[in-house]
Amino acid sequence: MTLQREPSAVEVERRAYRRSRSTRSILVAVASSLVVAVAVWLLVVHTKGWAAAQHTFFDPAEAAETFPAVLAGLWVNVYVLFFAAIGVAVCATLLAVVRTLRGPVFAPLRFLAAAYTDLFRGVPMIVLIYLVGFGIPALGVLPLVDPRILGGVALVLGYSAYVAEVLRAGIESVHPSQRLAARSLGLTYGQTLRLVVLPQGVRSVVPALVNDFVSMQKDVGLISILGVVDAISAANIAKAVSYNYTAFVIAGLLFILLSLPFIQLTNHLERRARARQQQGSVV
Amino acid sequence: MSAATVLETRGLVKAFGDRVVLDGIDLTVDRHEVVVLIGASGSGKSTLLRTINLLEPIDDGRILLAGEDISDPRVDVDAVRARIGVVFQQFNLFPHLTVLDNVTIAARRVHRVPRAEAEATGRRLLERVGLAEFAGAYPDRLSGGQQQRVAIVRAIATNPELLLLDEITSALDPQLVGEVLDLVAELKEQGSTILMTTHEMRFAEHAADRVVFLSGGRIAEEGPPAQVLREPRQPDTQAFLSRLRAR
Repeated sequence: MTLQREPSAVEVERRAYRRSRSTRSILVAVASSLVVAVAVWLLVVHTKGWAAAQHTFFDPAEAAETFPAVLAGLWVNVYVLFFAAIGVAVCATLLAVVRTLRGPVFAPLRFLAAAYTDLFRGVPMIVLIYLVGFGIPALGVLPLVDPRILGGVALVLGYSAYVAEVLRAGIESVHPSQRLAARSLGLTYGQTLRLVVLPQGVRSVVPALVNDFVSMQKDVGLISILGVVDAISAANIAKAVSYNYTAFVIAGLLFILLSLPFIQLTNHLERRARARQQQGSVV
Repeated sequence: MSAATVLETRGLVKAFGDRVVLDGIDLTVDRHEVVVLIGASGSGKSTLLRTINLLEPIDDGRILLAGEDISDPRVDVDAVRARIGVVFQQFNLFPHLTVLDNVTIAARRVHRVPRAEAEATGRRLLERVGLAEFAGAYPDRLSGGQQQRVAIVRAIATNPELLLLDEITSALDPQLVGEVLDLVAELKEQGSTILMTTHEMRFAEHAADRVVFLSGGRIAEEGPPAQVLREPRQPDTQAFLSRLRAR
């Protein structure tokens, strides 16, 4: 059986009405966005210091001149982010799993993991980067380490604590009956965690994980304080020459652009998961 | 359509992609009538109930509630749903609310009944179904049968014009089925208008005013239970019933 028949007059009219409604709502959305954008623009342009602010932050000539250096610096950020994100994924998962282990044998491990997350979540990222970036070399036990690596390590230390808590919430949101069912099939504790609990738990906290990832993406800029020539320090160097902050705005825009594809991807994944779990319409 | 018609569907069509689940359903339910939908799994019984509550958009036809076309996209779906009570197979009670809050949430938040009044009604209804002592408890403290009775009370607490009961005993232990079906029979005595799906043929036989057999997305046969269940005319109906009896 397929829907080959002609729709009735009632249905034709309903479809036409729905189409007109959706056209209308798109038009309303476009119109209201335009009104808001123009209003904000006019408000900003008519402020007293706009001319000076425009010159300091939005100078096209300065933008064109500093763009190559800032973009080159951004690759350092991407590079550090890539390895740090992998590090965070591994460390955070381990921490989260340790915190959810049961049994008295694991009590010291559980306690250590809890203490770690509490401690490192509380330390401001910039302090952590100073401590690792300048503190570890100051000990003098290690040979000279690239500050990019030290910056990455500081990020991993800090963000693992955040992400571990998010993952733990996800793990604990999986209904106990799922563990029961998995164990009843003969899966070991570890297999149950890896094959049943984690996949479901991670799925439910994807939005929070994306949030942390995007946050981490911009905190990568903080490694500039260790003397790494990334996008932010490239902008800083440009500013020192011209006393103009446009390069920072360029860096900011590049960071936003960097996050967009990732946000798109996760939105897509979430939509797909929702479609799979929900039969019928969204109420 | 007579003045006593609560629900009427005309040429109702529903498809999921290319698969037509409901293929031109013409069904009426009159005031105080209990209509039981029967049919094999996948025959479209639950889908029909979902379309009537506007939980699924339809692909053709009309749905009239007390003469008003509720399939018109201009109608306020929330207002329509407020006039229809639904009980689901899996109870779907809100686990974070007490039994009394579950029962009174629609009255308080949708119909704007003052809390004291809504709770008095809620307690009276819970009393009637023998669950007064659980008013302050959370749903997970209750047995399946008790939870389903709470779900029924939640659905009737706002005096809906029509009750839709979707396989309300399928998730229950056999010994709990009776207490839920007794409650449905009692609602019938009190004049509720009910459209329900069930696999409990004995219940259908003594409680239904009319039995409707769905097959392949169409109404294959309908009539008084004695006729449809005892002397089915269609071969499809005969085959379905003999499969059920063979169990």
